[in-house]
Amino acid sequence: METTSKQFTVSVYTENNIGLLNRISAIFQRRHINIESINSSVSEIENVSKWTIVVNLTEEQMKKIIGQIEKQVEVIKAYYHTEEEIVYQESCIFKMKSDLLFNEQQIQNIIIDNNARIVTVNKQFFVLEKSGRKEEIELLYRELSGFGIMQFTRSGRIAVSKEEMKISKILEAINY
Amino acid sequence: METKTIQKQQKTQPQTERLSGSEAIIKCLLAEGVKTLYGYPGGAIMPVYDELYKCQDQIHHVLTRHEQGATHAAQGYARISGEVGVAIATSGPGATNLITGIADAQIDSTPMVCITGQVASHLLGSDAFQETDIVGISTPVTKWNHQITKASEIPEVMAKAFYIARSGRPGPVLIDITKDAQFEEFDFSYKKCTGVRSYKAIPETDKNALSAAAELINNAKKPMVVWGQGVILGKAEAAFKAFIEKAGIPAAWTILGVSAIPTEHPLNVGMVGMHGNYAPNVLTNECDVLIAIGMRFDDRVTGNLATYAKQAKIIHFEIDPAEVDKNVKTDVAVLGDAKVSLKAILPLIHKKSHNVWKRAFDDLYAIEYEKVIKNDLHPTKEGLTMGEVMKEINIQSKGEAAIVSDVGQHQMIACRYANFNQSKSNITSGGLGTMGFGLPAAIGAKMAAPDREVVCICGDGGYQMTIQELGTIFQQKAAVKIVVLNNEFLGMVRQWQQLFFDKRYASTEMTNPDFVAIAKGYHLNARRVTKRDELAEAVQEMMQSKEAYFLEVCVEKEDNVFPMIPTGASVSDIRLS
Ligand SMILES: Cc1ncc(C[n+]2csc(CCOP(=O)(O)OP(=O)(O)O)c2C)c(N)n1
Repeated sequence: METTSKQFTVSVYTENNIGLLNRISAIFQRRHINIESINSSVSEIENVSKWTIVVNLTEEQMKKIIGQIEKQVEVIKAYYHTEEEIVYQESCIFKMKSDLLFNEQQIQNIIIDNNARIVTVNKQFFVLEKSGRKEEIELLYRELSGFGIMQFTRSGRIAVSKEEMKISKILEAINY
Repeated sequence: METKTIQKQQKTQPQTERLSGSEAIIKCLLAEGVKTLYGYPGGAIMPVYDELYKCQDQIHHVLTRHEQGATHAAQGYARISGEVGVAIATSGPGATNLITGIADAQIDSTPMVCITGQVASHLLGSDAFQETDIVGISTPVTKWNHQITKASEIPEVMAKAFYIARSGRPGPVLIDITKDAQFEEFDFSYKKCTGVRSYKAIPETDKNALSAAAELINNAKKPMVVWGQGVILGKAEAAFKAFIEKAGIPAAWTILGVSAIPTEHPLNVGMVGMHGNYAPNVLTNECDVLIAIGMRFDDRVTGNLATYAKQAKIIHFEIDPAEVDKNVKTDVAVLGDAKVSLKAILPLIHKKSHNVWKRAFDDLYAIEYEKVIKNDLHPTKEGLTMGEVMKEINIQSKGEAAIVSDVGQHQMIACRYANFNQSKSNITSGGLGTMGFGLPAAIGAKMAAPDREVVCICGDGGYQMTIQELGTIFQQKAAVKIVVLNNEFLGMVRQWQQLFFDKRYASTEMTNPDFVAIAKGYHLNARRVTKRDELAEAVQEMMQSKEAYFLEVCVEKEDNVFPMIPTGASVSDIRLS
C-alpha cells in the first residue's frame, strides 16, 4: 500500500449549486485533510461548474475521496491528477512601495526576468502581478521579500489536464 | 382560428392550478403516495400544518412527542415497508432535533424525506427567532438537501427529493422551506422525477465482472457469502436465495441484512461481526472466496482489517462505487443493483453443494451452542436472561413478528436470537447505534404494517431516551408490543467496563423509575416479570393483546453478551467467554 503523501490536483465538474462548496469541503474536513487551494469557476460546458482542488495525501486516500465526491448528487464527474498530468497556473499579486521602482534598479530587473507585470502605479504604491507555476511564484516572492512587501496574495490553482476529460460525452450518455 | 390555437396550447401545456406553497407541498406528498407523516408543529411550519388540517382525510399526520421521534418513526415506517418515510418539523430547535435520525438514516441507507420550516427569506442570516442553518448543519448527514425560498420551486424540488431518497442507495433528504414560500401563490403542476443528470442511481452491471465472479465462485472449494441490507433494499431476496441455493454456499449476515432469508434456511450460518456467531467469524479467515453482497465491511463486521479474510479472494456485489475497496480490497467488484446482478450471475454458476465445508460451520456452531447459546436460551441459574425472553417471543411469534430493537446488549441478543420468516423484519439502528431509536421506530413500523406483530425490544437506558413516545402510542392507538429488558445498567457499556476497564462502572448504574406505573400513566396495559415461571405466560399475554402492551422483564444485572470480538482483534480471535 502506498503510504507517502503526494500532491494531487482534483478536477470536479458539477451542477451549479449553492450548497456544494459545503458538501465538497466537508468530505475533506471529515477525514482531517487540509485543502491547499480550491477554485470554482465556469467550465467549457454551459451551466457546469469546474472545481480545481489541490491536496496532499496518499493515492489510496485520493481514490477513496474521489469516490466520495462523485457520490454527491450534484457532482457530474471527478478526476485526480499528478503534476505531470496537468498544465496549471497560479497567480499572485504584490503591493509594494512606489519609491522602490525608482530607487532600486534591481527591482526593474526582477520584474523583467520573472515575466511579472505591473498592474498599476501611483504615488504610494505599485501592484505587480505574476502568473505561473508554484515554484516561479515562490521564487519571485523570495526575490522581492528583501525589499519589503506591503501586501501579498496568491490565487488557487487552475488546471487543465493533458488527457481529455470526457464531460460532454458523460452528460450525453446520461439519459433521463 | 384563434380558439383553435388556444385549444392546442391547452393540450401541450401541463394542467396547472393556483396554489399556495403549503398547499403545493401537500399535493406533492400525495402525488408521491405519502399517506402518513410524522412531525411536530411550530411557527415556521404553521402554514403547512394548516393544510394538513384541511387534508386530514387524505394524509395522516402523527404528532410524535419529540422531533427525534418523528425521524425514527419515519425510519421504522421506511424500513418495514420499503417506502420513503416522511418527517416534518419547524425551524430552529425543531429542525436540529431531527439531526440524530437523519444521521442514522444516512448511515443505514434509509429512504427518508424531512421537511423543515424556515424563517422568511428576507430574514435569512439575521439571527431571526428560531433561525438555524439547517441546510448547513445537515449537509454531512444527508444524501441531498435544499432550501426553497420561492413557491415555484416546490414541485420540482419535492419530486427530486423523493427520487433521490428512494433511488440507488437510498438515504435521507432534507428540504427547508422559508415561511414566505409557504404562503406565496403560484401556478402548480407536478411531474414525477425520473432522473437527475449529475446523479447515477444505479451503475450498470458489467458482464466481465460477472463472469470473473462466476469463475471464482465455480472454482471455490470453501466459498462463503456475507450479505447485508443491500439485498433487502434492492428487493433481491428471491434472487439471493436462488443464488446461494444453486451455488450451495453458506451465507452469513450483518445485523441489517438479517431476515432477507428465513432464519431456518439450511444455508443460513448466522451473524458476522463483533457479537456475531462463532462459525462465520472464525471461518471468514478460512474461506477461499468471500462473496460480499450489499454490505460495506463496517469495522464492527471486520474487526482488524489487517487480518480480515487475507487468504480469500474477495467478490463485492455493491450498488455504491464509493464502497468498493473502501475498507477491504476486492478482487472482483460487481457494481450494480443486487437483484439485477444476482439474476444475471445465476446461469453462470454451477450447481454445487459444499457439504464438507458446510459441516465446518455446524461443528463450530455446536461449540458456540455449548459455551454460549445453551446458557442464554435455557439458563439454569436463577436470574432471567435476555436470551430466554427472545426465545419466548419466538415461540409466540412463530417468526412472523417484526423485531424493532434499541441499542445495547439487548439489541445484540435480539438480533442473534430472533427468528424471522419474512424480509424487512429486523429494524434496528446499525451504523449509528442510536439509543432511543427503538420505541419511535416501532411506532412507524406498526403504522406502516398494521397487520403485522411489531415487538420493540429496549434496554432500560435507551428506552428512557425516547420514553415520551408512549404518548404517541396511546394517542395513535398503535398496537406496539414493548419489552424492556431491565438490567439496571447501561449494560453494553458496563460490559466493556468489566472487560476492559477493571470493572470501574463509571456512570453506568441506573436508578430506574417504576416503568409499569409510567406505562399505566399512558393508559397502556403493563406488566412486570421478575421470575422465570411467570415469563412464558406474560409473553403470551403480551403477544395475544390486541392493543399496545408494555412488558418489563427484570433480567440478570451483570450478564455479558458473547461471543465477542474485542475492538482491534481479528474476527478469528472471537471470544466465547
Ligand atoms: C445516543 C447514544 N448515547 C450513548 C450510546 C453509547 N451506548 C451504547 S450501548 C449503551 C448502553 C445501553 O444501555 P441499555 O439501553 O440499558 O441497554 P443494555 O445494553 O443494558 O441492554 C450506551 C450508553 C449510544 N449508543 N447512543
